[in-house]
Amino acid sequence: MYTTSSQTIGPYLHIGMDWAVDPDFAGPNVQGERIEVAGIVVDGDGAPVIDAMLEVWQANSHGRYAHPEDTRDLPLDEGFTGWGRVTTDDHGRFAFRTIKPGRVPDGRGGLQAPHFNVTIFMRGMLRQLVTRIYLDGDAANADDATLAAVPPARRATLVASRSGPRYEWNVVLQGGGETVFFDV
Amino acid sequence: MNAKPTPPLPRYRAYDRDTQPEHLYPPYASTVKRAPHEPLLPLQASLSEITGPVFGFERIRANDWDLTRQGKGEPIGERIVVTGRVLDANGRPVPHTLVEIWQANSAGRYPHRRDTHNAPIDPNFFGAGRTMTDEQGRYRFVTIRPGEYPWRNHYNAWRPAHIHFSVFGASFLTRLITQMYFPGDPLLEYDPMFMSVPDPRARQRLVSTFEWEHTIPEQALGYRFDIVLRGRDETPTENPFA
Repeated sequence: MYTTSSQTIGPYLHIGMDWAVDPDFAGPNVQGERIEVAGIVVDGDGAPVIDAMLEVWQANSHGRYAHPEDTRDLPLDEGFTGWGRVTTDDHGRFAFRTIKPGRVPDGRGGLQAPHFNVTIFMRGMLRQLVTRIYLDGDAANADDATLAAVPPARRATLVASRSGPRYEWNVVLQGGGETVFFDV
Repeated sequence: MNAKPTPPLPRYRAYDRDTQPEHLYPPYASTVKRAPHEPLLPLQASLSEITGPVFGFERIRANDWDLTRQGKGEPIGERIVVTGRVLDANGRPVPHTLVEIWQANSAGRYPHRRDTHNAPIDPNFFGAGRTMTDEQGRYRFVTIRPGEYPWRNHYNAWRPAHIHFSVFGASFLTRLITQMYFPGDPLLEYDPMFMSVPDPRARQRLVSTFEWEHTIPEQALGYRFDIVLRGRDETPTENPFA
């Protein structure tokens, strides 16, 4: 069977999507280091994108995904789905608060550096964009197979810069400093 | 490190050729400044991609599937049933997955602060629904047939009647947001969003079919819209837990 075609989320996404928007991904009992990731989404003119949605998928602090196919013998945090949805505001900005994900296998015998898997939707985008957020200062970044496969000059677009518990990570849709997007 | 043997996890096949629009499609003007210039970089799927969010029924409220019963009174417009199955590309049902919809009211107006079209707001229609598929991948909504509406993409541009659909499926890789259209809509061939799908057969799969079977006598006409998500490669590969 042929896969159904993607269509844009359009400008009125909030009507259908807002009910599940929550910038706090991890409740008070979830284990792990508390962090915030915030940033702006800009288009090819550098103009803020005020109607974008970002969905984030992450492992818990033990490096386990809350999914039936992650059968590894690692703890799960009750009530932590590892998923979150946020939208950009009138200034193109978004933010979410969560716990720092643990390391998960890369399928090639190594471990990946802590990362968030991100899906981006917006008006003017006929199909989603997929990218990742890595965290600056994590020693594991040096060994990450996905980062290593990205041309060095563009690698920094995937790494959020750190200021205490707060990280900044911006999305540049096109042009200079364009964010790396993946074909998955 | 991990004493318990773990089964090899299948990989997902690429999208079928020409079923998906390109990011840059100039007839849809807003793609021009929002599509990446650089080619997408290949990513070898890992546990991060073959897993994905799992939602429970507890998040769904009683009337979430019936958009005609969410206000104090009944919304204006023609009641319709929209139903179908969520399947994967191997033809297997996708059970217990979240389906979210949103749409304009019967006059072609969204209850949204950025919709400035001068058609009336319906105080009894909020335009959003959600449900979970059942064991056989089936979902069902009752709603109002959405109206067509003008937009500013080009001179005298009108969107065909449509319902936005959001579906998750079994993994991060199966995520899909799309739009369902109605059979026989004369606006389809003029719509850059619909026409952005390269293969005309794939385009037609975005058009629902009218079905007597799903019609409720003296109440609502029935439309069927099946959604096919990416499927797994059936040949086993190496162990992604390695």
